Amino acid sequence: MSVRIHVPADSAALALGADDVASAIRSEAARRGIAIDLVRNGTRGLLYLEPLVEVETPDGRIGFGNVDESDVAALFDAGFHDGESTHRLALGLVEDIPYLARQTRLTFARCGITDPLSLADYEAHGGYRGLRQAVTMTGADIVAAVTASGLRGRGGAAFHTGIKWNTVLRAPGYQKYIVCNADEGDSGTFADRIVMESDPFVLIEGMTIAGLAVGATRGFIYVRSEYPHAIAALNHAIQTATRAGLLGANVAGSGRAFELEVRKGAGAYICGEETALLESIEGKRGVVRAKPPLPALAGLFGQPTVINNVLSLASVPVILDKGAQFYQDFGMGRSRGTLPVQLAGNIKNGGLIELAFGVTLREIMYDYGGGSASGRPIKAVQVGGPLGAYLPPSQWDTPLDYEAFAALWAVLGHGGIVVHDDSADMAKLARYAMEFCAVESCGKCTPCRIGSTRGVEVIDKIRAGTERPQQVILLRSLCDTMLNGSLCAMGGMTPYPVLSALNHFPQDFGQVAGDELAA
Amino acid sequence: MKPDSTETRRIIGDILALHAHEGPLGQDMLLPVLHAIQDRLGFIPPDAVEGLAQSFNLSRAEVHGVITFYHYYKTTPPARCTVQVCRAEACQSMGGDALLSHVSHALGCDLHAHTPDGSFALEPVYCLGQCATAPAIMINDAVHARVTPQRFDKLVAKLSTKAEEVA
Repeated sequence: MSVRIHVPADSAALALGADDVASAIRSEAARRGIAIDLVRNGTRGLLYLEPLVEVETPDGRIGFGNVDESDVAALFDAGFHDGESTHRLALGLVEDIPYLARQTRLTFARCGITDPLSLADYEAHGGYRGLRQAVTMTGADIVAAVTASGLRGRGGAAFHTGIKWNTVLRAPGYQKYIVCNADEGDSGTFADRIVMESDPFVLIEGMTIAGLAVGATRGFIYVRSEYPHAIAALNHAIQTATRAGLLGANVAGSGRAFELEVRKGAGAYICGEETALLESIEGKRGVVRAKPPLPALAGLFGQPTVINNVLSLASVPVILDKGAQFYQDFGMGRSRGTLPVQLAGNIKNGGLIELAFGVTLREIMYDYGGGSASGRPIKAVQVGGPLGAYLPPSQWDTPLDYEAFAALWAVLGHGGIVVHDDSADMAKLARYAMEFCAVESCGKCTPCRIGSTRGVEVIDKIRAGTERPQQVILLRSLCDTMLNGSLCAMGGMTPYPVLSALNHFPQDFGQVAGDELAA
Repeated sequence: MKPDSTETRRIIGDILALHAHEGPLGQDMLLPVLHAIQDRLGFIPPDAVEGLAQSFNLSRAEVHGVITFYHYYKTTPPARCTVQVCRAEACQSMGGDALLSHVSHALGCDLHAHTPDGSFALEPVYCLGQCATAPAIMINDAVHARVTPQRFDKLVAKLSTKAEEVA
């Protein structure tokens, strides 16, 4: 009997040489006359261990972390294909690795376990049960279930998904659309990418359910051009689902239609903003629209449109399968269900950590992350992407909860966490936030377009020590204008990293600690 | 190899026909068409704008506006090898700045520039989704993570060997 060996084909593993490892395993097995069945699975999200090779045994899968192609011969020598775990890279049973064992995998239940492109594998692991449930329900009942689950938009804004869907359900329109925002441009985030590469069917299923719920027959997934592997996986999975009758004119025998198409972005960060994204799908410059009208009423091509993030849509199948109450039972306060935390930057054990809301930042960084990668003390963490605040050590006991973060003038956003050690210059990072805004601004509103360029200049003067007290006042005033006067979150939230850096790390701006904190 | 303008026109004509299979070309097909052109030619020739404008029933300004809005689209022929270094926060926290200086020095090429012989171009990129295994770079279509200066030198050496084998 041949032994089954898994080598991930997720782009994080590929970026660390997984293809070379896979071909080395194939040729070494052939040379030794050992029959193997090599599966290219997705990632488990334990990115610090990639490439993570797993060998199937009667007791479960045994893992070997950080495998390089040069290790392969020695792994065979040590009998790794027979389930021996004596090699120095052996990790024991993957499911018992504390980093993974202490997670609550709902949205990411199948990631790394299945072959991402195998529909049979997906269905064998609970896939399409949510849709089969949904086809027996009315649209209004599906919307009610999603509303009752308490699911909030995982893209950052945390708007209630059920409320958004209900608006689209009730809106008049000859053609409604489901649009998936997969323009995951924020540094420190990769959960969308993992879903699309490691479990693409769950997103397709979620979008199909959304289509049935609101009466939309067409869907688009807008994926950034930096994610070619995700685009390929989705296109492949869409074809498979269409052939299986799970997409198309008669979804799962329901008599209702839903067609799905991938659209590739072109390297514009602003297209992660929902109205700019709609403009981009329409073939225009990705310029932000004024709201109202809401996309739910007049979205893509002016029609009622559900626009949700990948993770929001990928959370829908489990809600329909196991019930709203099941999902609602996880979490705290008004933050229900699980949040896929993405731990990144200067951290020893970076990766995906799906947990119920309520765990603290400190637990994430130290219990899971194991402290900084450099071994130096951690100075600051940025949560929620480039438009999120920097948090100093005094705030690390904050639980991951939308409202708790808002109370600190910070954003939990999509749960992306970027760690910086004590070598970080917070004034330089504040300057970067302004510079990034200047590069990526769509240019429609003045506070963002001009404010970001002025912001870079003002911070340069502060760092150079030119008229420092006056420039700090000017920077605060500029941030106030951007915060309150910008059309969207690009200009409106760039002040979060800038002001939090200034307030919590004044010494990096040449200020005496405690100065200006009252402002 | 740079196709001549007749060849370019034929290629673009084929791409337009391929995308018009479901009736007349709507503006929403403009980005897919631009992608197809760049995939095929490596860039979008400025003299293609007029033909595209006619096919989509748009003004030249509108087509030009779309091409220039998006960082991904190139309007000049690319270098043989494009190196993109991630400039985003997670990569900065893991020595991204030092890596960029090394890459720039090793290639003899500034950001947003080509080497004089046209073999390398160096560009910034904002996030390749490898933030937990930073810093990341992309060489042509291949992403590499946990890149140290030493690892970069090895990757480039491998590339040069491959180029020589082809030549």
